[in-house]
Amino acid sequence: MTRRLLSLLIVGFALIALVSVPALGQDRLRLTGSGASFPFPIYSAWFKSFSSQHKTVTVDYQAKGSGAGIQDFINRTVDFAASDAAMTDEEIAKVPGGVQLLPMTAGEIVLGYNLPGNPKGLKLPRDVYTGIFLGKITKWSDPKLKAANPGVSLPDTDITVVRRADASGTTFVFTQHLSAISEEWKKAHGIGTTVNWPKSDKFVASPKNDGVTATIKQTPGSIGYIEFAFARFAKLEMALLQNKAGQFVAPGGEGGAEALASVKLPADLRAWITDPEGAKAYPIATYTWMLFYKENKDPKKAAALREMIDYCLTQGQQISEKMGYIPLPANVVSVVKKAAGSIQ
Amino acid sequence: MDRHTYSVATLTPVGHEPSVHAGSVSAPPSSWDLFADRAFRALTRGSVWAILILLAVILWAIGDKALPGIRDYGLGFLVSTTWDVNRNVFGILPEIWGTLYSSLMALAIGGFFGVAMAIFLTQDFLPPGLAQVFRTIVELLAAIPSVVYGLWGLFVVVPALRPAADWLYGHLGWIPFFGTTLSGPGLAPAALVLAIMILPTVAAISQDALRLVPYKIKEAAYGLGTTRWEAILKVMVPAASTGIFGALVLGFGRALGETMALAMLIGNSNQMTLSLFAPANTLAALLALNFPEAGPRQVQVLMYAALVLLAITLVVNVAGEAIMTLSSKQRPRR
Repeated sequence: MTRRLLSLLIVGFALIALVSVPALGQDRLRLTGSGASFPFPIYSAWFKSFSSQHKTVTVDYQAKGSGAGIQDFINRTVDFAASDAAMTDEEIAKVPGGVQLLPMTAGEIVLGYNLPGNPKGLKLPRDVYTGIFLGKITKWSDPKLKAANPGVSLPDTDITVVRRADASGTTFVFTQHLSAISEEWKKAHGIGTTVNWPKSDKFVASPKNDGVTATIKQTPGSIGYIEFAFARFAKLEMALLQNKAGQFVAPGGEGGAEALASVKLPADLRAWITDPEGAKAYPIATYTWMLFYKENKDPKKAAALREMIDYCLTQGQQISEKMGYIPLPANVVSVVKKAAGSIQ
Repeated sequence: MDRHTYSVATLTPVGHEPSVHAGSVSAPPSSWDLFADRAFRALTRGSVWAILILLAVILWAIGDKALPGIRDYGLGFLVSTTWDVNRNVFGILPEIWGTLYSSLMALAIGGFFGVAMAIFLTQDFLPPGLAQVFRTIVELLAAIPSVVYGLWGLFVVVPALRPAADWLYGHLGWIPFFGTTLSGPGLAPAALVLAIMILPTVAAISQDALRLVPYKIKEAAYGLGTTRWEAILKVMVPAASTGIFGALVLGFGRALGETMALAMLIGNSNQMTLSLFAPANTLAALLALNFPEAGPRQVQVLMYAALVLLAITLVVNVAGEAIMTLSSKQRPRR
């Protein structure tokens, strides 16, 4: 009986191998990339549909994290990389021939919370959410919170802050924003993919965006920062944040595009939206970049990369909103398209 | 000469060559036998050396990368409590504390239940068929991936623990172990899940140890008029104590190195506290979560931390071994 099963299995595998070998044997150009996990959902959707439309090119992307992506890129083990923290001048100097950074999409970072009774649309003034992450505001019944949210019943419980346990671009962008709006944060904790968080037993950390989302979901009285797409997927309540103009803005609307519009892209396309102006702008938004070599050894590869970029910038942008990302403004798209020409 | 008559060598008449054909019981080893024997010995000896060399290579590879970190941070690394990548200040005392604390807790819980289970399954409490079923179920626990334990802990253990934790904090909050409220992930859920993860190891090896004790010993104990529990606790368990102790050491070793479930459950907070409900951190979780995005400086200190973890496991194993030899020397075993 077992032997028959085994032989059946062997025959089955042999058949699969026979069928799949010719497909692999075709001369497909393989582009490999690695890096940021923040845009991974949309990148994988793009690359999948791009690969199915272009029979001659396959794109493989590994979401290892921005830092690992940059390492791979410097070591030349990939054809392109992706990073939420762009690349520093120091890192760029390590790549002979030059680097072309291209912002491909943008996203918002939200403060998701879990309160008994699920009150919607909690409003967080700037000093309150910095206070919470500094460990200064520790109770949901804090007078400042109550004043900003009349009519919302806030419990007299501790605030549990959930943060990222692993080094991440999301933390980088979030701490960059906190540093921009709070001198105290900048001095005590600074900007980084991991920072020295306040020491308190009410600060817990979980790995990855999904881990933080799950922990918030499981912990009444918690708040944490995550990427918008993850919060929406998990149906987490998201706070309205006060922007520079003093308005409370909900994530996911046009606030993201407004935030992008408030910053002009410099020549190297490394623009940080630390604290956008504009009445409707959502305060914590960021571009995320793909990194390319200006000099590729194989001209066929360079052409394929340019084709892939073109696809992401045109058809790709149409699914951004649905996936929880901010579509690039038209003027940014044209600038990026032009810059892509330098990939040779 | 008719060979069939003299197929056994001892029957060979004096003066004749001993018969060496196959089937002879006391034939001298053929050259093939000798070769196989030597080859096997060489192979096993080679394997032993290979293990030693492998360990040395691992140590050398990690140590080599950790060396700049060791040079710059020295022993202060082991006793300082800050981990700040921006200012290049690193210390792992909270992680060492959290690793030992969570593992000891897990060992206390998992060890107790594991040994109890081994006694229950080997000392004729159950019909053999049923005992086999239970044994298989316990061993199945070992097949569950770490990530699944982590998710289960997050979605089942933490919510289940919350009412109990709140009650303990409310009524016994003056005891340092219950000094804080449970903020989701923390030491208690991590230790509980860890206890379940080491349970199959402890239970399986303790069962083997108990089953190796000759049944005659138990019968002798009964013969002396002991009750069932006296026979188990005063005769069987002490007789199997070396093996049970080995099971506990192995379980502790597994708890020290466990990574993914703990990274999800312990809260990864850089602080030292006695409270079971507070978040903490472990070395393995620190390594797993920080490597992917680590810069060159951070890799050096992470390698240093890895070396420390290796040293802790080594010390635990050597200490376990030493206690075992010591205790078996003191007790005359005849």
